[in-house]
Formats: sequence, C-alpha cells, structure tokens
Amino acid sequence: MAQTWVVVPMYNEASVIASVIKELRKSLPHVVCVDDCSTDDSAAQARSAGAIVVQHPINLGQGASLQTGFEFVRLIPEMTEVVTFDADGQHQVQDALDMVQRLRDEKLDIVIGSRFLDNRTDMSGLKRFVLRLATGYTRITTGMALTDAHNGLRVISRDMIFELQLRQNRMAHASELVDQISLHKATWAEHPTHIVYTEYSKSKGQSVLNAINILVEIIFK
Amino acid sequence: MTIIFQILAIIAVIVVAIVMLRGGGARNQAIQRIFMLLFIVAAGSSIFVPQVWTFAARLLGVGRGTDLLLYITVLAFLGVAATTYRRFRRLENDLTAMARQVALARADNQQNSSEVTEPPASDGDK
Ligand SMILES: Nc1nc2c(ncn2[C@@H]2O[C@H](COP(=O)(O)OP(=O)(O)OP(=O)(O)O)[C@@H](O)[C@H]2O)c(=O)[nH]1
Ligand SMILES: [Mg+2]
Repeated sequence: MAQTWVVVPMYNEASVIASVIKELRKSLPHVVCVDDCSTDDSAAQARSAGAIVVQHPINLGQGASLQTGFEFVRLIPEMTEVVTFDADGQHQVQDALDMVQRLRDEKLDIVIGSRFLDNRTDMSGLKRFVLRLATGYTRITTGMALTDAHNGLRVISRDMIFELQLRQNRMAHASELVDQISLHKATWAEHPTHIVYTEYSKSKGQSVLNAINILVEIIFK
Repeated sequence: MTIIFQILAIIAVIVVAIVMLRGGGARNQAIQRIFMLLFIVAAGSSIFVPQVWTFAARLLGVGRGTDLLLYITVLAFLGVAATTYRRFRRLENDLTAMARQVALARADNQQNSSEVTEPPASDGDK
C-alpha cells in the first residue's frame, strides 16, 4: 500500500502551522513536522493538528531539518514517496498531490516544483532576478536545465530518500540537493507550482541578501 | 627586488591554502604550532633586536622591518581565519549529527509512549 509522507521544516510558524497541517492532512494524512527549536508554540500547534513532531534541541537550519525529516521517514517501511512542504502556508496542497501523481505515473526519482513555469506566482522583480541568478548557477554547475532551483515543494521517491545526504544546514541545501540528484543521475521533472506571497510570508521570508550567504556556503563547504 | 618577497608571499598563501583544504588531524595541528612558535620568536625579536628585521627586510627587498612584519601578520591572520573556519565547520557537522540523534531518539520515545497509552484511552476511562 503506497504511503506518501510529508516532511515540513518549521521554525516559528505558530500562527499558521495548524491550518497548514490540517489542510495537508485532508489528503495527505502522514505529516512529520521538524521543529527547529522554535521559540513560540509551533510544536504544540503542529501536534494538535495531528502531525508527528520531531524536535531539534537547538536551531540548525532548514537544510538540517529536511535531512532529519528524511532520516525519520526512512524508518517507515510503508513510505513510498516524500513531499517536502513549507510551513509558512506558501504552498498549495493540490500542487503537491499533482506532483505525487506525476512521480508515480512517470516513475521518476524526484519532481521539483517551479514557480517560473507559469505566471501564477506573483513576486517582486528583485526576488525574481536573484532566483534567476541562483538557477543559472545551478544550471552551470550541474548541467540540469532547471527553471527554479530554490523551491521548497518537492516530491522524492523512496529510493532517492535513501541516497540524499544534506550537509548544508541552512539555505544552501537547495543547491546541494540538486547536486546530489545530478550525481546520482536521478530521473527528474519540474512541475509548475503556485507560491503565494502573503504579507505574513513576505515579512518572514528570506532577504535577497541571503543569496550572498548561500553562495559563500556553497563555495567553502 | 620585491619580486622575491612576492614569490615568497604567494608560496606562503598556497601553503596555507593547502593546509586548509587538506586538513588532517595531528600533522595539521603540529604545523600550526610550529607557525605559532615562529610567530612568538618573531614577536620577541622585533622588540629586542629590531635590526634583524630591518636586515631581513632589505634582503627581501621589502623596505622597512615593520613592513615585513606587517606582511607576515596579514598572512598569519589569513591562516588563522582559514583554520578557524574549518574547525567551526567540523564542529557544526558534529553538533548537527548529535542534535539529529537526540531529535530522532526523542521522536521514537514519543511514538512508543503514545502507542502504549492510546489503546487504554480508547477503551474508555479507567
Ligand atoms: N527547520 C527550520 N526551518 C526553517 C528555518 N527558517 C525557515 N524555515 C522554514 O522553511 C520554510 C521556508 O522558509 P522561508 O524563509 O519562507 O524561505 P523560502 O520560502 O525559501 O523563501 P521565500 O520565497 O522568501 O518565502 C518555512 O516552512 C519555514 O518555517 C530554520 O531555521 N529551521
Ligand atoms: Mg517562504
């Protein structure tokens, strides 16, 4: 019996996490939330919404949280694929479901979300520009013709979950993940996703300056 | 004449870079300690016999002894920055591995205890 697991990296999202998880669990009941030592009651909120919560004793970053989630789901024999889904409510559950279907239909190792395959996603020009630069970098270093290398919404097959070993604790993990996919010659596809930039997520989202940190972390690993 | 110094400086930077990138345990540490010792000797001699530095600087074509000392300091600083970066990186990796173990172990316990407590709870209140 196929069982899709959802890994949600979470850091201080108490005001939205419960509704995000409830929405997810309507169609994807198996949710593990990796709480990165939030200082608010995100963990309790997530638990009350029915997620399994794995808590880091110290803040390690989004990449480290994903890896912890991967190692958790590896222990579940029924797991057939894993969805990575942001806690801040920017992703659409329907997109995730479509991507799971696509992974199964086309027997892929990974389906990566992209906000640049259609024009549903509305974001600032600067952010668009920085994301384009980052994607260009990934294309050059991996030879994979991606359109969006930093999308948090992905579906990963069981086999691939056992191959991934993210060492970039913070945001540079997105490029690292693509590196490892290309290294393993995994089969992949991009899928159009709609990322919603609400006032809440904009106020919490990443500064475009963080691109500099990511670059340094990639170069001096 | 400064070309000699430039060559020496570049060699020093390359050596530091290699030490930084190769990073082995004990040998690496020994090299660092030798550098530290040399640095202490250099610091002492610059106070008590500054003429030596002026002489060395002339030999290398750098000009004044203080200039030579400044160059060496900059190079030493780069070396320290590089090794510190490496050390922190390693520490962070170890800490991550440990924190992850703790997180996963606690998750296990939680699930086990909920498995144990759930059935009686569904039986009705006791
Ligand atoms: N575990 C963990 N998760 C984090 C951390 N920082 C952010 N997150 C989570 O990562 C997800 C995405 O974070 P954002 O900061 O919105 O990053 P993003 O979506 O790539 O960037 P934007 O496009 O600006 O929204 C959310 O689910 C956050 O809760 C962290 O330090 N640790
Ligand atoms: Mg976000």
